[in-house]
Parts: sequence; C-alpha cells; structure tokens
Amino acid sequence: MVRVKLWGSLRALADGQEWVEVDARNFKELLDQLVIKHPGLEPQIKRGVSLALDGVIYREAWFTRIGPENEIILMPYMVGG
Amino acid sequence: MAFDAKAARDFKVVGTRVARPDGIDKVTGKAAYGADVSAPGMLHGRILRSPHAHARIRSIDTSAAEKLAGVKAVVTGADLAQPEDDFFADVAINCLARDKALYDGHAVAAVAATSKSIAKQAIRLIAVEYEVLPHVTDVDAAMKSDAPLVQEGRALENVPAGMSQNVTTHCRFGHGDLDAGFARADKIIERSFRTAATHQGYIEPQACLASLGSDGRGEVWCCTQGQYMVRANCAAALGVEESQLRITASEIGGGFGGKTSTFIEPVALALSRKAGKPVKIVMTRDEVFKATGPTISTSMDIRIGMTRDGRITAGRGELRYSGGAYPNETVDMGAQAAFAAYDLEAVETVGWNVMTNRPKEIPYRAPGAPTAIYAVESVVDELCQELGLDPLDVRLMNAARKGTRSSYGPTFNDIGLVATLEAAKAHPHYAAPLGPNQGRGLSCGFWFNFGGNTSVSLNINDDGTVGVVEGNPDIGGSRASISMMAAEELGVPYDKVRTVIADTSSLGFNDITDGSRVTFAVGLATIEAARAAIKEMCGRVAKIWDIDEDAVIWEDGCAKPAGPNAGTHPPMSLAEIAAIASNTGGPIAGHHEVNADGAGVSFGVHLCDTEVDPETGAVKILRYTVFQDAGKAVHPDYVEGQMQGGAVQGIGWALNEEYIYGEDGRLQNAGLLDYRVPVASDLPEIETVILEIPNPGHPYGVRGVGETPIVPPLAAIANAVSRAAGVRMTELPMSPPRLLKAMTG
Repeated sequence: MVRVKLWGSLRALADGQEWVEVDARNFKELLDQLVIKHPGLEPQIKRGVSLALDGVIYREAWFTRIGPENEIILMPYMVGG
Repeated sequence: MAFDAKAARDFKVVGTRVARPDGIDKVTGKAAYGADVSAPGMLHGRILRSPHAHARIRSIDTSAAEKLAGVKAVVTGADLAQPEDDFFADVAINCLARDKALYDGHAVAAVAATSKSIAKQAIRLIAVEYEVLPHVTDVDAAMKSDAPLVQEGRALENVPAGMSQNVTTHCRFGHGDLDAGFARADKIIERSFRTAATHQGYIEPQACLASLGSDGRGEVWCCTQGQYMVRANCAAALGVEESQLRITASEIGGGFGGKTSTFIEPVALALSRKAGKPVKIVMTRDEVFKATGPTISTSMDIRIGMTRDGRITAGRGELRYSGGAYPNETVDMGAQAAFAAYDLEAVETVGWNVMTNRPKEIPYRAPGAPTAIYAVESVVDELCQELGLDPLDVRLMNAARKGTRSSYGPTFNDIGLVATLEAAKAHPHYAAPLGPNQGRGLSCGFWFNFGGNTSVSLNINDDGTVGVVEGNPDIGGSRASISMMAAEELGVPYDKVRTVIADTSSLGFNDITDGSRVTFAVGLATIEAARAAIKEMCGRVAKIWDIDEDAVIWEDGCAKPAGPNAGTHPPMSLAEIAAIASNTGGPIAGHHEVNADGAGVSFGVHLCDTEVDPETGAVKILRYTVFQDAGKAVHPDYVEGQMQGGAVQGIGWALNEEYIYGEDGRLQNAGLLDYRVPVASDLPEIETVILEIPNPGHPYGVRGVGETPIVPPLAAIANAVSRAAGVRMTELPMSPPRLLKAMTG
C-alpha cells in the first residue's frame, strides 16, 4: 500500500480524506486505484494531474515505481509559459 | 536522468560565452520571421472582429464581400470543425466565433484576397447582425450571482453549487492549523490586492502562411512556440489528420508564453482550402492586443501573521483570477506558488478562476505565480515595516529549505533559496545608501519548471561535423545551449556543431517551448543522443581494431583503447571515424526520445531601488539586481539575458502596463502608444548574480531559468515604491495617477 496526499479541493471528492491509501506499484496503478476507490476524482485525473515523488514533480510517467517508503503528493497538471 | 557521477567534471564548452548562432542573421535582417515567408500565388488574409464585448451573432452575410473583385474566399466559424474535446473546441471558437462574440476583438469572419487593400475593403462588406448582450470585464463583478454569463455549463466539478456560472474552477492547497497559527502571531496584516491584465509584449506579431489542398494535405509556416501544438490545434479545427499537416516554425520575435496557442493558422488554412491558394495572415498590433492572449487580471486577499521577532506563524491567500472568456486553471499554479518560498506550519491558499468578456488568457512566463507572490511578498514586507525588522533577515528566518514541507504539498529536496538570499544580503546593493523619496524593495520568487516530451536526432556528418535536430522553437538561445551540450559530450569544438529546428514531419513529437523546459529537457535528450552516437562510434572502432567494444572508451573527442587486452592503437578522432562511416556500417547518428521529468524547482531574489516623484507620482527605477539559482549555467550570457528580461517585463507590469476597458467593455489602449512597455531610457543596467546549484535531475545539473525572473519584480518594485512613497500600494500597475492619488489621499 502507498499513501498519496490529495490537495485541498480534491478532499471533498474523497470522503474528506487528506491522505488516501491505495494498493499500487506505479503511478498508473495509483491513478487507476484512486478512480476505483474515489470515483469523484475521475474528472480531475482525466483532465491531468502531476505527481510529486519524494519532492520531484512528474507530469506523466505512468510506470514510475512507487512504494510505501515514498512521499507521494497529487498535484494539478503543470503548465508554463 | 540523474546528475552524472562525474558531475564535478571540468566543462570545456558548457559555461563559456560562445557566439550565438542567430546573432548575425538577426542584426543584419537576414533572419526569416513569420511575416517574411511568401509563396507563388499567395493571397492575403484579413479577419473581421467583433466591435462588441458580448453579443449573439444572429447572422453573417458575406455575399457582398464575395462579389468584390480580387476576393477569393470568405470563411466564418461554420467553416471550421466543431471538435468534441473542450480544449480544441475553445481554440477553434476563439479563432472564429460561432454563436456568440465573447469579447471586443473576437474574430467572426475572414477573407482572402489578391491584395491586402482588397482584403481590408472586403471585410468592411461583411454584414454581421449582432444582438448585443450585457457584458462583464471585472473579475469580482463576474463572480456575483447576477453577473452576465459569459458562457454557461463550463464549471468544473470542483466548483461549489450556487456560484455564478462564470466561476469555472476552484482549488485549495495547504496544511496545518490556521487558527492556531494566527493565534500565535504578534501582528496580523490582511490586505486586498488587484492586478491588471498585461500582455506578453513580444515584438513580432503573430504571422503565418498556410496552404491546404482539397486532398486534406497542408503546410503552415508560422511564428510559434510549438509547431506540434499548431499541428494539433489546426488538425482539430480543420477536421484533418495530423499526418497531413506539416508545420514549420519561423524565427521568432519573442513569445514569453504568448505563442503557445493558435489564433490565425486555422483561419488561414480554412481560407486556403476554399481558395485553392496559399494564404498569408499577419496580425496588426491592434489585433495582437485585442485578440491574442494577455495574462490574467486578479483580485486577491492575503492574511499573514508574524511574531515580533519575525517568524511567520500562518498565511492564507484567496485568489480570484480571470483568464478571459474561457475556462482555464491558471489559478492552480498561483495558489501553489503563493507561499512556496516559506517554511510554514500553517498555510492555505484558495483559488477561483472566473470568466469575463476579455480575450482568452494565454500563459505569460510562470503563469499565475507573479501576481500571487506579489500579494504575499507585499504583506510580508509590510509586516517587516510594522515590526521594525530587516526584510531580508525575515525571509532568511522563514525560508523554505531542504526538508521543508512546501505550501503546495511535496517536501523540498535541495533548493537554492537560502543561498540566493544570502547572496543578496552579501551584495553591496543591499547596503547602499538611499536618498530622499527613495525606497528599497525585495522579493523572493519561485517557479516549478518542468521537462516534457522531447525528441532529438544527432547526426555525425562525414566531414566530422555534427548536426543536431530538435523540435522546439528557439526563443531563449536554445540552439546555442544545445550545440554546446552536444559539443561537450562529444568532445568537439562548439563551432563544429549546428543545431536546427525541425518541422513537424522531420522529427518525433515535442512539447511546446514553455515551462522553462528546453535547455533542461532538450539538453538532456541531446546528451543522451550524443552518448548513443558515441556508443556507435566506439563499436565501429572496436571492429577496426578487432577488439571488444568494452575495450574502447571515448575521451576528448576520440575513441581510445582501454583495459588490459585492448592493445596499443592510436586514438581515432570523431572526424576520422566519420570519414570512413560508409565502410564501417553506414551513417552514424544518435537519437533520444523522452518525456523528461526532474526539472527541479527554481528560486530567485530581486532587489530594487526606486525614487518616487511626489509631484507627479512617476517612479524611476534607480538600481535593480537579480539573484537566481540557475543550476549549471550552460551559456551565462543567455541566463543573464533571461534574468534581465524577466526583470524588465516585471517593471512594466508593476509600473505601467494594463489592459484598460471602457464602460462599453471595449479595450481602450490596444497599441504601444497607450499600453506602455518599458523602454531602454526607463531602465538602469539590470545587475545579475547567477548561483549554480546543480539540479540533480539533469546530467550536467541544468535547471530551467526562463520563467522565475518574472516572478519577483512585481513585489520587489511595489515594496520599494511603498517604502519610498510612505503608503502601501495594493494595486498594479502603480501608474503615476494611481500613485499620486495614493500619496495625496
């Protein structure tokens, strides 16, 4: 199991939880499991999210390995100028 | 890709100030920009734009225009496809309106004619019947329940029920117990701020030449920050397959985020498809202001608590951003960035994106961050004033550092903020005396940076030179920096490498030039492509020497034998290997395709001295110094140029630049005479201090530098002006009338 932190405005879509636990070995599994456990998150995940793994931000990269030892933070999809 | 173990390498090319490859072309006028391209039989396109801020389009009668001699095609929104995807649909509708004109300047029809004058005459013959609708251009007014609705049904699921349908996005970030934090404060300041929309202000207006046949095959030459983005947008808007469109990016006269979308290319293609000839469209400056994307306009509330010795106990921000007539999520970036420079136990930012009858917002360097950080840094500065504290010491005391739980969630790794602040504190600028009516301001700045999809092809030519093909328009010196990294890795002189920008049919996909990504991500891919070519060359030499590939190493631009069984062979240079490539297996090249991550966040600190004229409210920038963690500075001239350019654009944003709307919802200052960007005589020399703290996510330690420099200036200047004027300025721009009014009450 890994723990992932949701940003504030997502929590209402996940039963008010700040940290959500899912069974996942990589980002793709994590996102899939989040949608299964909390369907309210699906629209945001479909629009795009970033994930911070131990402080490093990833915009995509489904197959990045994750484990219970990692800090995983869900973030909005980054855009720049 | 991680930082090389041999990171402490003695760089030979990287870090030097080599001649820029585009310099001579640009100063002699040889460089071909978007408007410089032409084709046999070319027609001239012209766009008719709405004179109303908000109006239903009841009918468009193009018959008179079509009858005018020389007119070869007329198109309206009905000539574009209606993409199902909201993103592409918005792009298409922004290029040519369908049911409603959403802002003053929204395109409603276009013509192609044999001359510019005929095209201009023809659009006057198009009769549009409008039903003028109530409009709203102010972000706070647009949030009210009785505000005119710009569009309906566009709110995301995260917007609470009961709000105006103009509110399309809501976000919230933060951690900790705010009430407890504020209870610990000795001083709390709460302020409201407003900032005007500003334009990216690139010198070169949008321009394109487009050709689309009845077979669905087309070509576009245009100035853009991303030819693959143009291809995708045009394919969706025209209903053709991407493979049938070939997009070539011209030389670009500035972008700053403003050329990360399309405004005219689909229109030119639609006209060309109808006319059967190439069509060229060049925007006027008036059109650039009215119909390309400015940045957001904002309204913000900031509350910060501080102990009397300078420790910030809690911070809260509420940000209301308007991105014009379409949904966007820029406030997400601002809300995350607002307090990023601080190590806080309790912090919260709340954001709202709101539609107004203004042009579609397009990113502007570090989109969303400068305004949010302006508001936060202004309140921090005022707290320092009220409590009699040194503003730099306070920032050092509260600075985010390794192990800090950032205000937007992740725990920071190694970051350069403290080193940057310490450099500012040690700089003579910080201790220099000030005169009457003068003030000094400082601000921290932050930006995320990112990498993204990148393809690079590196070819070893038979004369021993090297060609690098990359797919990102060069808006900040990337051809030089990419050539330098290729030369560094291959061990050849810089002048043996030439980097060119590919069209969309010549190289794999690349994201747009944005997010400060190119030197980081394309550089990373170039290094990997060079390593692939080196591996191939070592393999060829191993065959020549009849030894194992593992027994050949690459050093100083040569293959050399290494190890106990390698034998004694004289080194073979890249040129020697290239010359016999046909005999050893054929052309030698390296390729790399990656979706790069690990760009690493970036911090900067700006110091600014200003003098305020108490009689006129005019502000003079006396001295300005930029400190920034650049990671490894590949070409320091370009890094300094980014730092200086960001400061100058920020000076314009802080002091004069603003979109001014009349009561009728029309833009009042769509020209450079009335929209005042800084000119050379407004500016002192912008001093720069580069800190090189390696980014662990890049083999050479490179970090993006293009966006962070525009983040701190708004607050640095506002703090300097507020201290000089003796009144806290909470609205941008601080134009002379506004400042004079604040000073005189």
